[in-house]
Amino acid sequence: MTNDEIVLAIKDIIATIAPDEELVHLKMDVRLREQIELDSMDFLDIVMELRKRYGVQVPEQDYMELATLAGCVKYLGPKLADKPLKLASRA
Amino acid sequence: MRYDALIIGAGLSGLGAGIRLAQFGKRVAILEKHSVWGGLNSFYKLEGRLFDSGLHAFTNYVPRGERTRPLGKILRQLRIDHDALELGEQTWSAIRFADAELKFSNDFELLRSEIARVFPSETANFDRLVADLPDYDVLDGRRSGVWARAELTKYFREPLLVEMLMCPLCFYGSAHERDVEWEQFAILFRSLFLEGFARPAGGIRAVLDVLVKRFKAEGGEIKLRSGVRRIVIDGGEARGVELENGAVLEAEHVFSSAGRVETRRLCGAADEAADVGRLSFIEAIAVTERTPRESRFDGTAIFFNDSPRFEYARPDELVDARSGVICTPNNYATPRPLAEGMLRVTLLANYDRWTALGDEDYAREKARATELAFAAAARFAFDVRGREVFQDTFTPRTIERFTGHLGGAIYGSPRKSHDGSSGVERLSLIGTDQGLVGIVGALLSGITIANRREQQSTRTAP
Repeated sequence: MTNDEIVLAIKDIIATIAPDEELVHLKMDVRLREQIELDSMDFLDIVMELRKRYGVQVPEQDYMELATLAGCVKYLGPKLADKPLKLASRA
Repeated sequence: MRYDALIIGAGLSGLGAGIRLAQFGKRVAILEKHSVWGGLNSFYKLEGRLFDSGLHAFTNYVPRGERTRPLGKILRQLRIDHDALELGEQTWSAIRFADAELKFSNDFELLRSEIARVFPSETANFDRLVADLPDYDVLDGRRSGVWARAELTKYFREPLLVEMLMCPLCFYGSAHERDVEWEQFAILFRSLFLEGFARPAGGIRAVLDVLVKRFKAEGGEIKLRSGVRRIVIDGGEARGVELENGAVLEAEHVFSSAGRVETRRLCGAADEAADVGRLSFIEAIAVTERTPRESRFDGTAIFFNDSPRFEYARPDELVDARSGVICTPNNYATPRPLAEGMLRVTLLANYDRWTALGDEDYAREKARATELAFAAAARFAFDVRGREVFQDTFTPRTIERFTGHLGGAIYGSPRKSHDGSSGVERLSLIGTDQGLVGIVGALLSGITIANRREQQSTRTAP
């Protein structure tokens, strides 16, 4: 997956767990929680979907790394490098 | 046979926890003593009619799209569409005391204007209370030790207003006699007044169907008629359960919705009898040909009291008919109206007195309590007496038999475990004694504790 695809992958996961959110305008460097209604419960779902779709384990102490889209790209980049993008939402 | 998680009780908290754990990829089974699911909020059939066992109102109602309130959160977590519940909103409800009435609806302005009408000098104080109300994160179990009656007295000069506000909040969720913890008051105030009442078109059964389907679709397993005899403990840790039929199931973690004291007993501890809840209820149900509207009653729920002070406590007598809740499932704007008229009246009851009765006395006292309930309904809402085509009443005895809650205590023990800890490793409490009440509260309870467990299990050793 390229960096752009990682952003797509994360947006697709968010679209699955929060289908009503508008995701087109999400900024890379602003915390996701400040841009859309995401609480810690939803966050657990992002981690869950990463494991289910890509087999990536994110331990609790690394959750903070996923706070922004840029953080996701940085943290997940090496872990997703050889994984193909899977889109599940209807978005 | 080894499970990642076993859940005791297929009530709403068990189903909520079960769906989440299955979503996390866990191998999970829910063990239910009865032949149907639902627990406190279940259903039964009598003479071809379907009855809800606990459902008066689906509290915490917010419209589709309100994602930050508890209903929005649980739907999102469980991936259930708001429309699937087919919720119909209430018309209006009221707190009716001997000398005063306050109406409220899902539009909070109605309650505000009623306070201004009945207690004009308290209007600003009421606004101040609402503004100060802790936006209590239901996931946070901290308790300040402050009680609602004392706190409300700091806001209001009119003792009657304090009593009137306490009445619906106690009846819809206090495990304590005479009072509510301040945080619980805030949760209930939001769920009743700032959010609202609705009814699923298909009653509780339709909600349970949606949840059970969801649970099974995620790969979960429900075992009905599978009562748990004991929780197997070894070295201070839960290792699984032994069923009443002798089968032993092993698990990584056990979640119990049986209640605090009930779970302790399943662990082999005989103590804590003092923690059994003292508040139980009877509920009298009348089915009539005529709908409540045809009896010129178009309200939904009436919280009534005609004693000088609202006394929310275990009565000395079998029942206390001075206060209670009257509810008409007909008067919700659901897509499909009910075929017949229905009235439900709830009164406080004394568990010890009800269980001490012999069979003959029990039948007679049940009929007498039903009369008192319908007489109260006639005083505060409308009269069904002489027009019942069917009648059923459940008592503290019925509640204990079908829910397993000791003392027939609907709201469980006054000692809650807000973080779900049970005192035993690998065993968590969910449901009523975790502290959240109502359909949405119970689901949130199961979800929250399951989430916490998942989060802990992804924690790697430092």
